[in-house]
Amino acid sequence: MTQLPDKTDKKLGLVIDLDTCVGCHACVVSCKGWNTENYGAPLSDQAPYGAEPSGTFLNRVHSYEVQPDAGPAQLVHFPKSCLHCEDAPCVTVCPTGASYKRSEDGIVLVNEQDCIGCGLCAWACPYGARELDADAGVMKKCTLCVDRIYNENLPEEDRQPACVRTCPTGARHFGDLADEASNVSQLVAERSGFDLMPQLGTKPVNKYLPPRPKDVAVPAQHLEPVAQNGKGFVAWLDRTLSALPGRTN
Amino acid sequence: MHPAPSVIIFTTFSGLGFGLLFWLGIGAIVPTGLSAFIWFAIAYVCAVGGLLASTFHLGRPERAIKAFSQWRTSWLSREGIAAVLTLIIMATYGAGLVFTGTRVAFLGWVGAFGAIATVFTTSMIYTQLKTVPRWHHWTTPVLFLALSIGGGALLAGQITMAIVLLALTGGLQTYSWMTGSQRFTNSGSDMQTATGLGHIGKVRAFEPPHTGGNYLMREFIYVVGRKHVKRLQVNAGVLGFIAPVILLVLPFNHIFMALAVLCHIAGVLCLRWLFFAQAEHIVGLYYGKR
Repeated sequence: MTQLPDKTDKKLGLVIDLDTCVGCHACVVSCKGWNTENYGAPLSDQAPYGAEPSGTFLNRVHSYEVQPDAGPAQLVHFPKSCLHCEDAPCVTVCPTGASYKRSEDGIVLVNEQDCIGCGLCAWACPYGARELDADAGVMKKCTLCVDRIYNENLPEEDRQPACVRTCPTGARHFGDLADEASNVSQLVAERSGFDLMPQLGTKPVNKYLPPRPKDVAVPAQHLEPVAQNGKGFVAWLDRTLSALPGRTN
Repeated sequence: MHPAPSVIIFTTFSGLGFGLLFWLGIGAIVPTGLSAFIWFAIAYVCAVGGLLASTFHLGRPERAIKAFSQWRTSWLSREGIAAVLTLIIMATYGAGLVFTGTRVAFLGWVGAFGAIATVFTTSMIYTQLKTVPRWHHWTTPVLFLALSIGGGALLAGQITMAIVLLALTGGLQTYSWMTGSQRFTNSGSDMQTATGLGHIGKVRAFEPPHTGGNYLMREFIYVVGRKHVKRLQVNAGVLGFIAPVILLVLPFNHIFMALAVLCHIAGVLCLRWLFFAQAEHIVGLYYGKR
């Protein structure tokens, strides 16, 4: 049903630390792997070894250059997946009821048996979190690894989204953002976690932690030579070659 | 936005078809027998043809029937229901005219209201999207309705009404084009709010997530159309509004009427193409493109 629940018991989501992310794309790969081998239609690729490869991904990592008014620019790696919004515009526009938000934990899911692939939910999403799979013709999106987090067949440490489990730098955190005592809520409070595009009123559950400002300016100029009149074979070679006619760089 | 031919054909022809059904429903023309059959056939070919074309862009068209279920929240679902109800009511009304030569005025008025409601629900599919600021504006539903009723008047041979409505619609379309480009800027969405990094400085896309394209870029980032916007707007304005109005003002002639209809259809196809091709989705901000 495409009516949003008034309130969800939990708000399961991710907190992504832009200060820690190194842009390795391991989360992208593990997400694609888990979600191709398990629940729902696989995430297909078109011409993966061709001239113009393209495919479906539920998680993508952008990289942005942020230029302050003064000082050197900062490079920020920016993973982006479904934010499981409280006021999810993708759910209410769905004509078939395939898209829904779970009242128990707030996860936004697509029932692929009901999806007609009209694409309207992807149009309604400001974040580019939904992609129509070109092979299956149905909408794919992050499930918050709903088939891992409650899966008692997995060891307990694996009962979290594949992207969180795989992140080598601990830049991704999973938990209940409705619970103020949870690790993720505390991170958001301590580090001033923020929403993406808050002006659109989607109330994203996922939060981002800002990168810290650079404290050491990286020198852009070359280092000064440390020795002018060297000794030894290389210095002799340098002098000899310099004496020959021709151009020195 | 990617201008999918199926959606352009759908909005253009179903708009015209439901516009003609509106004029038939209110009794502006009351044909009977074979003549009624031909009028209704034209309206149904446009309306149903357009609706069928819209199913071509679906990933799984065989499940389209499920789209009638979510009318509580979804404009697309409401549109499907409004279209089918209107077509059933107007078929009953048309059958009365074709087979018994009687006009059931009540059915006609309900059907005419349904035709307007259908076009309105279509327009709201686009208007509701905050993610496409150019569409998220009152001119979108008003233009869809004006084009449908104006074009319907033209098809129905309502010369005076067609002249007035097409002239007004042309003016409104021009206003919408002139103000449309500002709406993205006015929406307050930019790379700084998209990434939340604006407090540090100016944000620039450095590396995209993948070297290849993807569904989002194909669907939402379409820059070809904007290169020739001015020329296309002039084309659409001349073909869609100015030429038909001039042809209608000239002394009545069936050839002029036919030409006016053809010009108008070509003009509307052109402006609908622009409607999509010119619209920018805010997800492009994440890619540093619009």
